[in-house]
Amino acid sequence: MAGYLIRRLLQFAVTAAAASVIVFLLMQVLPGNAAQVALGTNATPEAVAQLERTYGLDRPLPVQYLDWISGMLTGDFGTSYVTRAPITPVIADSIQVTLIIVIASMAVALLIAVPLGSLAAVFQKRTLGTAISAASQVGIAVPNFLAAIILIMIFSLGLGWLPSSGWAAPIEGFGRFLARLALPVLALALVQAAILTRYVRSAVLEVMREDFLRTARAKGLTKTQALVRHGLRNAAIPVVTVAGIQLATMLIGAVVIEQVFVIPGMGSELVRAVANRDLVTVQGIVMVLVVLVLLLNLIVDLLYTVLDPRVRRAA
Amino acid sequence: MTRRLTAWAAALAAVVLTATGCSAGAGNNGSGGEEKRTDMVVAHTAEPVNLDFTTTGGAAIPQALMENVYESLVRIDQDGELKPALAESWDVSEDRKTYTFHLQHGVTFSNGDELTSADVKFSYERVNSDAWTNGLKAKMAVIDSIDTPDDATVEITLTDPSNGWLYDLASAVGAVFSEDAVDDLANKAVGTGPYEVQSFTRGQEIVYAAREDYWGGQPNLETVTFKYYKDPVAAVNAVKSGEVDVLASLQAPELAGDFESPDDYQVVEGTTNGEVVLSMNNAEGIFADKKAREAVLYAIDEQAILDTAWGGYGTLIGGMVPPTAPYYEDLTDVYPHDVDKARELVKEAGIEGESFTYTVPNLPYATAVADIVVSQLEEAGLKPKIETQEFPAVWLEKTFTNHDYDMSVINHVEANDMLTVFGDGYYTGYDYSQIEDAAKKADTGTEEEYVSGMKDVARTITEDAAAGFLFLFPNLIVADAKVEGLPENFVSDSFPIATLAWK
Repeated sequence: MAGYLIRRLLQFAVTAAAASVIVFLLMQVLPGNAAQVALGTNATPEAVAQLERTYGLDRPLPVQYLDWISGMLTGDFGTSYVTRAPITPVIADSIQVTLIIVIASMAVALLIAVPLGSLAAVFQKRTLGTAISAASQVGIAVPNFLAAIILIMIFSLGLGWLPSSGWAAPIEGFGRFLARLALPVLALALVQAAILTRYVRSAVLEVMREDFLRTARAKGLTKTQALVRHGLRNAAIPVVTVAGIQLATMLIGAVVIEQVFVIPGMGSELVRAVANRDLVTVQGIVMVLVVLVLLLNLIVDLLYTVLDPRVRRAA
Repeated sequence: MTRRLTAWAAALAAVVLTATGCSAGAGNNGSGGEEKRTDMVVAHTAEPVNLDFTTTGGAAIPQALMENVYESLVRIDQDGELKPALAESWDVSEDRKTYTFHLQHGVTFSNGDELTSADVKFSYERVNSDAWTNGLKAKMAVIDSIDTPDDATVEITLTDPSNGWLYDLASAVGAVFSEDAVDDLANKAVGTGPYEVQSFTRGQEIVYAAREDYWGGQPNLETVTFKYYKDPVAAVNAVKSGEVDVLASLQAPELAGDFESPDDYQVVEGTTNGEVVLSMNNAEGIFADKKAREAVLYAIDEQAILDTAWGGYGTLIGGMVPPTAPYYEDLTDVYPHDVDKARELVKEAGIEGESFTYTVPNLPYATAVADIVVSQLEEAGLKPKIETQEFPAVWLEKTFTNHDYDMSVINHVEANDMLTVFGDGYYTGYDYSQIEDAAKKADTGTEEEYVSGMKDVARTITEDAAAGFLFLFPNLIVADAKVEGLPENFVSDSFPIATLAWK
């Protein structure tokens, strides 16, 4: 077990290091540079050159890379070219926002998907099961941003219940926070719930065919009792895998949702930084996203060992 | 079961229909006979990346800070006229090279420092130092020396007389800083204006607080917030749901119709300094030939472009001068829409069917304009190939800096930018020698000579078919019906907030 853990952590570190090189090199290929963008249509070549010097863009690439990576290892993401403010607090602030949205969305999605998916499996060939399957099929086809726009039309512009955009941190008042959290979370969660419902359904169907469940029924448990007591934990394994992968996709999906709802999360910061060719900021955010996704994979892998004794023994 | 589902579906459909059909009211803001609000929320599109226009270009920072936080000696009013600001008056010497400004009394910076002539000298000498990298600084290069005979007098001597300079002084280059407060301009703005920046949340908002000790008297509103919406639809939604009181510049004119109810909203259309220019590379390629450029100008129908692309909002100009400039002249008749003539010129130039690159920045107006321009050009036998470029980064590098284009389209927003856009080495590639002498003579001549001289320059540029002038960008403001004091015309660098008030 300890060996497995060390092996996985090592793998994690190597992947992250490789990713940092790729991210850094990718930035250099982007056309346009920060000095040019900052000076706009009034730029003179001399002013651009001068600003490039100020930003440190005239230094050799390996120096820039080492400077960046060594800073990042100590928690210092550097200073933005464009805003001339330290990047670390920007990332810290925006990642909180994104994580709140993504985690809340996943929680809501699971709260919807687990019962619905189980129902769809249990009532597989009945109207309810078919209706849930059909609804989730439609849900999968709806892109996040469309769901967002429809939600805004209904709840902000139509009913006037919730604000159409913006963000408030929990400390600014919990009511304000929830009001601004509701729509983006719903927009992300509904689509995710549709996807997860299908996985939960097939996982439960799979489990229902297992011998141990028949045995449980033979012991005198009802179908539901057997499913809840013995089935769900087994059905959880494929669902956890998918939820883990989906969590990573949602981090990226949040980029779009943040744009629609004008939310100051990682996605908004990333889009802004790319537009301004604020490459240190872009690198920093992308690296954080990469590490988050790798961490998620790691956690999912470790969760298997908790959920499934067979994996634990194999490790 | 089925019936219950149908009922649910019907209910949901009903909600959607009501939601989309009904227009939202004034929202959550205090309306009716309640106390007048002392705050206002204004939505903008382009956000300032920092607060320092001395090293960062673009319109967003001056728009947020000039006249509100920073002030110059002079300012430009809504009609494009020069007005006193920090200087209560000024004298011009016989040879029109020395300007003596008399400063207002009792002016303080928001950090408590008192304004003296030394601050002006410091600020303007700073523009001409390496501390400023914004290319706008060139407007101050004409300054020869700055003297401060006493605390309330500034004498600025120019190397040559210049008619344009005093107008330029009203822009961001004229901002007066306190010597103690320029260490962290990107994050801290200290000026003499009616408001100070209470908080700046990058990418989201700037909150302004009124200064009680403002020399011109305390402004109407205690707090004004600028919120930034990149997406025009999100901005429109924010107005409709009452989160925003004023939308400073509607970037989706087709949505203006959503605000037709006069009890709730007002839509104000004013002018700007933004000429939407169909630029052509005069120096190289297919459009180095004047005949080819003329063919383009005869081929395009500006009115049709304006109607199709921008909902008919905006003004046809035919030249690089907005109607609010003193040397404006209607030049729309120089190249009327004449497809036959265009075809003839295409044949004469021998460019029929020759493909060329039309780089289009991914900005709302530019993409809206592109398709119709292409169809009009094709009608005349020209063969443009659209290449969409990310703005600002890619467009600035490829089209603007490397001049790697044949045709492009961009809104040139700065005031008095004719001589820049058609100046030496600029991306238009125009032969500056055509206008150099005339421009110089106009700038150094008397005021009458300035006006007539600049008119001639503008006419020469248009007659040379240096570029297409599609239309003057409109300033479309959408606001709550009870807002007054809106800056109808966007003719200076600034979006002034001191005049805003609730009825």
